[in-house]
Amino acid sequence: MFVLILKTESVQYSGAYASMKVDNSLRLDQFRSNFRVQVTKIEKDEKKEEDLIEFDMVGIDASIANAFRRILISEVPTMAIEKVLIANNTSVIQDEVLAHRLGLIPLNVDPRLFEFMSESDLPNEKNTIVFKLHARCGKGGRITVKSDQLKWLPQGSEFLLSTEKNAPSSTSKQRTYTSFSCNQDSIPELRDKPIGPKYPGINLARLGPGQEIELEAHAVKGMGKTHAKWSPVATAWYKMLPEVVLLENIEGEQAEKLKIKCPQKVFDIEDIGNKKRAIVARPRECTLCRECIRGYGWDKKVAIRRVKDHFLFTIESTGALPPEVLFTEAVKILEDKCERVITELS
Amino acid sequence: MGVDEKFNSIHEKPENRIEIDKQFLSAPVKKAVDKFQLVPEYLKARGLARQHLDSFNYFVGTEIKKIVEANNTIKSSQNENIWLKYTNVRIDEPSTVINAVTVPITPHNCRLSDLTYSAPIKVDVVYCNGTGYINQAKSNVTIGRMPIMLRSSHCVLYGKDEEELAKLGECPLDPGGYFIIKGTEKVILIQEQLSKNRIIIDTDKKGCVQASVTSSTEVTKTKTVIRMEKEKIYLYLNQFKGKVPIMVVMKAMGMESDQEVVQMVGRDPRYGALILPSIEECASKGVYTQREALEFLEKELTRLPYSSVHNQREGRTMSILRDIFIANVRVTQNNFRAKCIYVAVMLRRMMEAILNKDTMDDKDYVGNKRLEVSGQLLSLLFEDLFKTMNDEARKIIDITLSKQSRASRLDIIQFITRDSISMGLERTISTGNFDVKRFRMHRKGMTQLVGRLSYIQALGSMTKISPQFEKSRKVSGPRALQPSQWGMLCPCDTPEGESCGLVKNLALLTHVTTDQDEGPIISLCYCLGVEDLELLSGEELHMPNSFLVMLNGLILGKHLKPQRFANAMRKLRRAGKINNFVSIFVNEKQHCVYIASDGGRVCRPLVIADKGISRIKENHMRELKDGVRTFDSFLADGLIEYLDVNEENNALIALYEKDATHETTHIEIEPFTILGYCAGLIPYPHHNQSPRNTYQCAMGKQAMGHIAHNQLCRMDTLIYLLVYPQRPLLTTRTIELISYDKLGAGQNATVAVMSYSGYDIEDAIVMNKSSLDRGFGRCIVMKKTTAVCQKYENGASDRIVRPQREGWDANKMQILDDDGLAAPGEIIRPLDIYINKESPKVTKGTATNSSELKDSDYKNTRQSYKGSEGETGAVDRVALCSDRSGNMSIQFMIRQTRRPEVGDKFSSRHGQKGVCGTIVQQEDFPFSERGICPDLIMNPHGFPSRMTVGKMIELLGGKAGVSCGRFHYGSAFGEESGHADTVGSISETLVEHGFSYCGKDFIYSGITGMPLEAYVFMGPIYYQKLKHMVMDKMHARGNGPKVMMTRQPTEGRSRNGGLRVGEMERDCLIAYGASMLIYERLMKSSDPFEVQVCRKCGLLGYYSFKLKSGICSTCKSGANMSTMKLPYACKLLIQELQSMNIVPRLKLTEA
Ligand code: SF4
Repeated sequence: MFVLILKTESVQYSGAYASMKVDNSLRLDQFRSNFRVQVTKIEKDEKKEEDLIEFDMVGIDASIANAFRRILISEVPTMAIEKVLIANNTSVIQDEVLAHRLGLIPLNVDPRLFEFMSESDLPNEKNTIVFKLHARCGKGGRITVKSDQLKWLPQGSEFLLSTEKNAPSSTSKQRTYTSFSCNQDSIPELRDKPIGPKYPGINLARLGPGQEIELEAHAVKGMGKTHAKWSPVATAWYKMLPEVVLLENIEGEQAEKLKIKCPQKVFDIEDIGNKKRAIVARPRECTLCRECIRGYGWDKKVAIRRVKDHFLFTIESTGALPPEVLFTEAVKILEDKCERVITELS
Repeated sequence: MGVDEKFNSIHEKPENRIEIDKQFLSAPVKKAVDKFQLVPEYLKARGLARQHLDSFNYFVGTEIKKIVEANNTIKSSQNENIWLKYTNVRIDEPSTVINAVTVPITPHNCRLSDLTYSAPIKVDVVYCNGTGYINQAKSNVTIGRMPIMLRSSHCVLYGKDEEELAKLGECPLDPGGYFIIKGTEKVILIQEQLSKNRIIIDTDKKGCVQASVTSSTEVTKTKTVIRMEKEKIYLYLNQFKGKVPIMVVMKAMGMESDQEVVQMVGRDPRYGALILPSIEECASKGVYTQREALEFLEKELTRLPYSSVHNQREGRTMSILRDIFIANVRVTQNNFRAKCIYVAVMLRRMMEAILNKDTMDDKDYVGNKRLEVSGQLLSLLFEDLFKTMNDEARKIIDITLSKQSRASRLDIIQFITRDSISMGLERTISTGNFDVKRFRMHRKGMTQLVGRLSYIQALGSMTKISPQFEKSRKVSGPRALQPSQWGMLCPCDTPEGESCGLVKNLALLTHVTTDQDEGPIISLCYCLGVEDLELLSGEELHMPNSFLVMLNGLILGKHLKPQRFANAMRKLRRAGKINNFVSIFVNEKQHCVYIASDGGRVCRPLVIADKGISRIKENHMRELKDGVRTFDSFLADGLIEYLDVNEENNALIALYEKDATHETTHIEIEPFTILGYCAGLIPYPHHNQSPRNTYQCAMGKQAMGHIAHNQLCRMDTLIYLLVYPQRPLLTTRTIELISYDKLGAGQNATVAVMSYSGYDIEDAIVMNKSSLDRGFGRCIVMKKTTAVCQKYENGASDRIVRPQREGWDANKMQILDDDGLAAPGEIIRPLDIYINKESPKVTKGTATNSSELKDSDYKNTRQSYKGSEGETGAVDRVALCSDRSGNMSIQFMIRQTRRPEVGDKFSSRHGQKGVCGTIVQQEDFPFSERGICPDLIMNPHGFPSRMTVGKMIELLGGKAGVSCGRFHYGSAFGEESGHADTVGSISETLVEHGFSYCGKDFIYSGITGMPLEAYVFMGPIYYQKLKHMVMDKMHARGNGPKVMMTRQPTEGRSRNGGLRVGEMERDCLIAYGASMLIYERLMKSSDPFEVQVCRKCGLLGYYSFKLKSGICSTCKSGANMSTMKLPYACKLLIQELQSMNIVPRLKLTEA
């Protein structure tokens, strides 16, 4: 069965309308009155923290909606473990693999409290979070190291720089891999909400008798386009609002058939006197499975369409920030970008 | 009996092999009995490398005793009273000798410390050292060491359960069936051979019909050919100079009457007419009696290089006819009658073939082939070595005795305890060169390293059959798929290229027989009414309604009711009175009943049906499920039997019970068993174009994944591992049977079939960067490097010293521990030193005490990590062991973890390989309405020409699988029996979960955000990462090393070589006219050289720095010298030619 989806693309050339002498400019007030965002669903995890939001975004071009999606995936910064200092690892899992696994753990920390660490920066309390992991399996039995064993070190690294090791521990403080000037605990936002992995049950490694892992993990701020671990969303996407249209009246037996055909129960039957007529009851449920137009002639009776400027947006957060905050962050970033373009142009 | 029931049957997700069985069987039992359960039962009982194990067990259990018994005495020819007799032989526990102490060993120990996994061969002997001494007995004398096959009955792993195996460091899923020789795993390949002792009728190169027999007895191996040339029949035997007329031979064997010969061949006038010219020829040569014939033949004999001691009384011809001519027919007391009859049968079959071409034998027919498995080959080798040792011993004893003054008293035991047997066995298995002098057998490449690139490769090595012909032969016959290999040999699994079709693999249920005792079968045959050959006249032999009965190529006699005889024999076999693997085959065309009990036949189990009704009923399968029954009890109760290829010709085998008719005699167990291990991984192979399955069989072996459960304890030279291997979402029954689901080699990738970015032409795939970030296709490559701490002849030895922590090369030694060895876990960069070794400067001469050597007596022999920029690894493990010569060897495993990059090779399970064309950010990737973003994008152009419909069904099935949470199945030909989900049912599942029934999704472009104009076929497909990675291959060079002799750049990546502008590239440049480029590439950038040429004599001279001019050494003058440039290789050629007395002269003209 071949169904052509016709004309999905919008016009991308900026001067296309102008060259055809059509005024296509967007009026701000018009946009204001048309544009609408309506939250339809917020899901919460076990800890009553939001991790999923669904909302409708109406009256906007696909490119803008897509820009939000792209920014959410790759440009909203988060904190993720980037450097792992392994002091001891006798487990079967290789150092690189362990480090990779650590990197992918979502951290429950507001990235807005931290700064990006540039190449020349030393790790300090403003740009680095340090975790410690020390797990050891005693004689007999096996243990699973889970993400909750990552312990936050607000004081910074405890490992001494190798240059310091031999030097006598005489004067003041010995230098470690981080140079924190104060305890991160003292930052009020962090004091209230201690930093840790978002989910405690992520398997990191399994240890056999006598095996041990001792390491320090340094998390820094980054963006999803560098590595997926910094992406604040599991995924973010939208779909266009489904629109199911009955092109002709479908009645009687045919209506029953249509109702059964749709696995998402989009159609219902309306009784008009003694006649049964099919109506579109729940178009939002449509998954575009094309069951209703399967079979000879049905595509003449039913049309499944998408509304071009109505987006059902879903954001699944990995946990650093609640999804609605993520969206506002994304908006801010887009705003910034626009401003940058404007300043560049002017 | 609808779709639903089938669904239920495979609904429960199997946890492990044994458990699925139960669950599977607890599903409603269908009307047609589901016999699938027999397959896991069979494989569980017999293991995956059963053909090797059975034959090896037979060898060490039975055959070795026979060999020793047949050659049990060594007797001095000088002194009757010096002798030794072997009374018993056995093979002990595997062990090794360390410092004269015998310690038991485990296979994994051997792998790690380069030992041979072998066990002592112990014998009990009785011997006498001469007249004065009494007979002595001694038991447990070790005569050598036998390499032990892993998992065989003599292996320490035999009968161990998973936990015990794990304790021994062994992977429980490893099939065994190979040997460990000096630390390397070697498997003796199954050898394909033409069957021995059988008459084969075919044509020679000229088209002459011939009958040939390759006789093989314990003593000799000969080939007898009888050929019809120009109407006359001749015998070809190596012992005769040329051809000899067959009638003369018959007469020489005492068949003086021509009439009797004709009678024996058959009285049909057509046969008479064919044999007449030969009779006439014999008469024309004046040979009428046996004596005349013998005299005639005596003249035809080849000269022996030395006069041998043969029995003068009867002449050499007689002994040749008796012992070499058709050696498999024994002659007792010079009664040649049996041999005459055999020749007559050969003649008759030849003539039949002349009259009717259909009766010609097909050499490629699997029934005419025998597979020699490791046990048989080893027994051949052992017999030879054992005999050689005994002969040697006898010779030495004789030499010692002949010496007059015997100093010490002779001890015969010492001659049989040398290590010639151990050495011989070890050398043969490790090199693969079989040399058995007695049989003039010299074969190379009989053994192969067990491939440990992937689990599948290791399994594949166990089923590989190496061909009898050389690969160079450009014939298509042996390469073609034979109908007779149905169910025995895998139709898919064969390599591409030169050995295509010659190298084969066994199918899932194939069994290779071992030799069975003939004695009981012979007596049974006579009891069942076979008329003895001795009692038959020539005339009676070929009576129209009587059948000859042949056992392993020997004529036993004839039977008047062949069908009844065969049925009786089969009944006895099913009742277990004779061995399961004896085959009874009635050949209507040849009027023969063939009974075979020899080893090397391929056979497979089939369900017996009576008049089309299967003997296996539901209650049997229920009993199997309850564990009351085993596979063997099915055999013992006559529900199942093994049929070999020949006997299959007497059977009418139905694929399914429902297809059975009244005539059906057997029913297949499961149709997917026609495929082997490698082809069994492919889901829906029956929907693919067949070469695709063949490609996958080759590629599955290169896929990275888990190689064994002990993979991290192995110290192989190269290990490829996948970081997160998965089990395929779309499985097959074979996958579960061979535990591929536990040692997977691939990942389930969500694939979108669409074009994207233009970087996906020519099968390239586009990958999602975020997927790679999250660990898709990540692999580990481990390489072993070894350093040896050598001991020298003067007593000095290498030493490993503390690294310098200060100084100029301290930073290259950062990764070293204080003991001078790299520490595990350290990151190693190119040029980092991993062992800080020093060697003594003086290694020869008088003994020195190493403690006396000063530091200055040592020089640096550090070893540093080689690898190009960016090839940073980590030291994974460091192991110390002593090598064979007692030196300490230090092994480093250096590990690299790699994420996929552009150019790495990937493949699905349908022979669809492709490289990664580009890596794209996730936000640019298309996404579906459910937010699903594919892991990789494959170009749809890959489908039309490849016709891999199976891949599409895999995608659909995988998609249905993830949405409903049940692994779907795609076993070969499995739709009918419920071992493969049908597309219909898959589509239903898809629709139920809101997908389109055809698997196509509505997709939004990640770049513009608008929906795409077409629905996109999207879903999970199991993708394998192949071992070919860009990092190992990419290469470029500017300046670099040159070869000494030609001064041209070196060749190959490993030597940092140049890239060759070859002939064809040169041709292009010539055609284009880029002469300066040719000049630059072929000379300036390669090996430019300046020579002095003498214009007068045209020879090369030299440049004298004293005179500042060129001088011709031939003309002894510098007058006519010119300087010119030419490639150094050209100068070399001129000089090389001169050294062979060819004078190339250069004639120079002004340009
Ligand atoms: S496309 Fe599928 S889900 Fe949508 S209305 Fe038709 S049948 Fe229902």
